[in-house]
Amino acid sequence: MKKWFMLTLVGQDRPGIVAQVTRALYEGECNLGEASMVRLGGNFTVMLMVQFAGDEQALDDLIGPVSRSFDLRHHVDAIEGELLHHMEPDVRITVYGADRSGIIAEATGILAEKGFNILNLESDVGGTKENPIYVMTIEGVAEQGIEILEEALQKLAQDKGLEAQLEPIDTLIG
Amino acid sequence: MAVLDILVYPDPRLKQISKPVVQFDDSLRSFVLDLEETMRAGPGGVGIAAPQVGRLERIVIVDVSAKPKIKHHGRLILINPEIISKEGSAVGREGCLSVPEYTGNVARAKFITLRALDEFGKSCEFQMERYEARAVQHEMDHLDGLLLLDRLVSRRDLFRRQTQEAAASKPKPS
Repeated sequence: MKKWFMLTLVGQDRPGIVAQVTRALYEGECNLGEASMVRLGGNFTVMLMVQFAGDEQALDDLIGPVSRSFDLRHHVDAIEGELLHHMEPDVRITVYGADRSGIIAEATGILAEKGFNILNLESDVGGTKENPIYVMTIEGVAEQGIEILEEALQKLAQDKGLEAQLEPIDTLIG
Repeated sequence: MAVLDILVYPDPRLKQISKPVVQFDDSLRSFVLDLEETMRAGPGGVGIAAPQVGRLERIVIVDVSAKPKIKHHGRLILINPEIISKEGSAVGREGCLSVPEYTGNVARAKFITLRALDEFGKSCEFQMERYEARAVQHEMDHLDGLLLLDRLVSRRDLFRRQTQEAAASKPKPS
């Protein structure tokens, strides 16, 4: 029986990595599940759910040659994989401001206290070298309701000089 | 009355263009009742289109009246519907009875003027906004073989649109 693994690959970005990595996995009789590839500061990063009949070592051996050919580092973890059981976010929060240390920690710390469960987080640095800005988008579930989050976020924005917006996600099913 | 089977992508009938209704008879009205029962049988469904149950005719039902605090026109039977004008754009989260376990962000017009016939062939016109307008646009897409999968926007787009909107809605200095 095939089991689920989380395969992580990191390294300097170059065209063709995804194509060759997934080709090697396909030829090694793996199935792919959900995946997220993103460039972070010029680095290639990907996390892939891989379904495979062998063990961690066998998957490591399978991916080794292609990983080395692109000078990537890779890591394999056996996981409990579950497809088709998505949690739906009900709130989207954006926080931005002049870049400095601690923005994510402050924002997510307060949100966690108020019962916010993060499902997705993306952050980016834009602006100029002299004046970088930090932009963060979070989606998640407001387990204690939206009002309490809204209040906490307003206070955070005031105290810390950030811009923060909260928007309910009302998923339309049609 | 009967709850009909809902087609699920990749059923090819979901990608077909539906034909206008020409006969406004008891058989049409009986189908409309079945279609409505099918919509209400699912959890949280606010709309349905005839091709979702394999009938390739331009028939849509929308009822967003269960959602709190929004403007709406109640239960709507919309036959051969046409959007005669649209304005603005907003991104919102959508799911679909025909695409289970998937939700995505879709841009839709914020305001629409809609002309349609009811199940007796009487012409009606509606001014709609936001959530109800989104539901109508989602269902009308089914009549042209389009799914939310054909209209996805990325989360990055979402933030850009939000901040542009916020900037546009701030009062200009005089």
